[in-house]
Amino acid sequence: MRGRSPALTLTLEGLQALLAELRRQGYSLLGPSLVQGDFGHREIRGVADLPRGVGMEQEAGTFRLVFREDAELFGYPVGQPSWKPVFFPPSRLVWQAVRSAGGWEISLPREDLPPVALLGVRPCDLAAMEVLDRVFLRGPYVERSYQARREAAFIVAVNCTRPGGTCFCASLGTGPRAREGFDLALTEMVTGEGHWFLVETGSDAGRALLETVPHRQATAAEVEAASRALAAAAGRMGRHLEMVGLKEHLYENYEHRHWAEVAGRCLTCGNCAMVCPTCFCHHLEDSLNLRGDRASRRRVQDVCFTVAHSYIHGGSVRPTPWSRYRQWLTHKLATWQEQFGCLGCVGCGRCITWCPVGIDLTAEVAALRRGETPPAKRE
Amino acid sequence: MLPVLRQVLRRRRETQDTVTLTVDPGDEGFAFAPGQFNMLAVPGVGEVPISISGNPEDPRRLVHTVRAVGPVTRALARLRPGETLGVRGPFGTPWPVAEQTGRDLLIVAGGLGLAPLRPALYQILARRREFGAVEVIYGSRSPQDLLYRGELSRWRGRFDLRVRVTVDAAGPDWRGPVGVVTTLIPQARFDPPYTSALVCGPGVMMRFTVAELLARGVPGERIFVSLERNMQCGLGLCGHCQLGPVFVCKDGPVFSYARVKKWLQLREI
Repeated sequence: MRGRSPALTLTLEGLQALLAELRRQGYSLLGPSLVQGDFGHREIRGVADLPRGVGMEQEAGTFRLVFREDAELFGYPVGQPSWKPVFFPPSRLVWQAVRSAGGWEISLPREDLPPVALLGVRPCDLAAMEVLDRVFLRGPYVERSYQARREAAFIVAVNCTRPGGTCFCASLGTGPRAREGFDLALTEMVTGEGHWFLVETGSDAGRALLETVPHRQATAAEVEAASRALAAAAGRMGRHLEMVGLKEHLYENYEHRHWAEVAGRCLTCGNCAMVCPTCFCHHLEDSLNLRGDRASRRRVQDVCFTVAHSYIHGGSVRPTPWSRYRQWLTHKLATWQEQFGCLGCVGCGRCITWCPVGIDLTAEVAALRRGETPPAKRE
Repeated sequence: MLPVLRQVLRRRRETQDTVTLTVDPGDEGFAFAPGQFNMLAVPGVGEVPISISGNPEDPRRLVHTVRAVGPVTRALARLRPGETLGVRGPFGTPWPVAEQTGRDLLIVAGGLGLAPLRPALYQILARRREFGAVEVIYGSRSPQDLLYRGELSRWRGRFDLRVRVTVDAAGPDWRGPVGVVTTLIPQARFDPPYTSALVCGPGVMMRFTVAELLARGVPGERIFVSLERNMQCGLGLCGHCQLGPVFVCKDGPVFSYARVKKWLQLREI
């Protein structure tokens, strides 16, 4: 099923036909969209709803939309929202209970999930889906609501030709080109020959869909041009994370004084964990109506930066900011590997961009490796 | 995972703030291994992990000992026979009792830590001939805080078991030892290299107990501890119970000390 087929070429009209066909087949089509300056993933009808000529400037603690003159529909790296909420909604009803004569009656909520098609999934976000699959689907317990949403999804990935200032997927091998986990993967090209997409198919469903829209075999020159664009992108990553011996290095430095230095800047706001496409912590919240006859439990996204996250009777296990930042970073880059056989980081750079004080995971790791403290503020 | 609603059959007050609930296990009974826990819920209030403190050889009764310290445990401790609570479980790794055949056994409990150890003791007594000496050391804050008093005195009357109890502070009517549990370890009769220890209690009590046992030559891989963390799902998915690389709810709560040693030595981990 996963066999790589020879690449195909799709025109802009071909892409429009493909999106129309997905909608005709009953998929709710989610794609990148810009509404009043807010970049996000929303229900779209077709190519006309995609942001055109939009780019992003990203640095530690900085995000700016850039409006260019070109026609590129995917000419940016990643915005603030990942696709995680599609499969793992930040707040979800787990069960509800009604008081009865004998006590309570508990029931599961009815969930009507229309199949979704995701357009514009970046290779890093695709890698994040694989990470969450390991967490929710491949352990001793399967998270059924995640599974139902995940299995119903059709995924159109788009490779990255314009990486951002906080991107480092090339260090982790998760991008800028998608290797697997998609139904279709596009590389958008605007060249002298026009606006076209090199398409790779990753599943039978992807192949079947492509059969319904006009396309042709890609020429050797087209394949070469796309490969060159992606190779160039890999060389333009704004950040780098040295992976060699990383886990061992972190394991040896749990008591490093640099953790306290980071804590001097960290606001423990949890933005990094909230924008992270792999952070899965959640808490379970019980509530009762005023009459006391209806109760419910919700699963709500949580972050390890709160004092409450590790609270047990008597107090919090991690009362101070340095230990909470250490928990987050070492979990992402070290202990996650023992728990799930992969990193908890995919190199999307969101935690760097969306940190209000610009704490940069790649810089903190580099400082830990050097045994120094980094400059307080980068400009 | 949906909680199953079960009726409280009996409620027994152990101490001022602690009760033992006997819960209807349902028609099929409730099979568990000593050291495992359930998530107990009071709808609308919340859910907490509570160790199972009954006899694993008798699945017809589900027994939990609960100390009222927060909103959920207070609501649980208030439940009367006939009222219901939600049960999910059993979760977690057991005390590896069967794997200690032929060895001396040392059970060290502090405070409520006796609750998750009681099922192990039941199991040990049910197959008493398979082990060498069996020593129980139990420490509590005061004589009024002792759990399972009736059973403690029955156990103390047995010839194949030594039970020693100490309290942190007591009035003049207490004639037993006063002091922390570690002060009783030197008097216990066991052969360290051939001893396995099961330890459960407050963090500081476990730290000093383990240090004392290691100093006496009990191997780290034969000292078992039951750890406590914030647990909300019991499935290793909510992320709260992490201790370095392990999820205490599914990889534990019972660990050999050797496995978690590195992590227990770190501050705020």
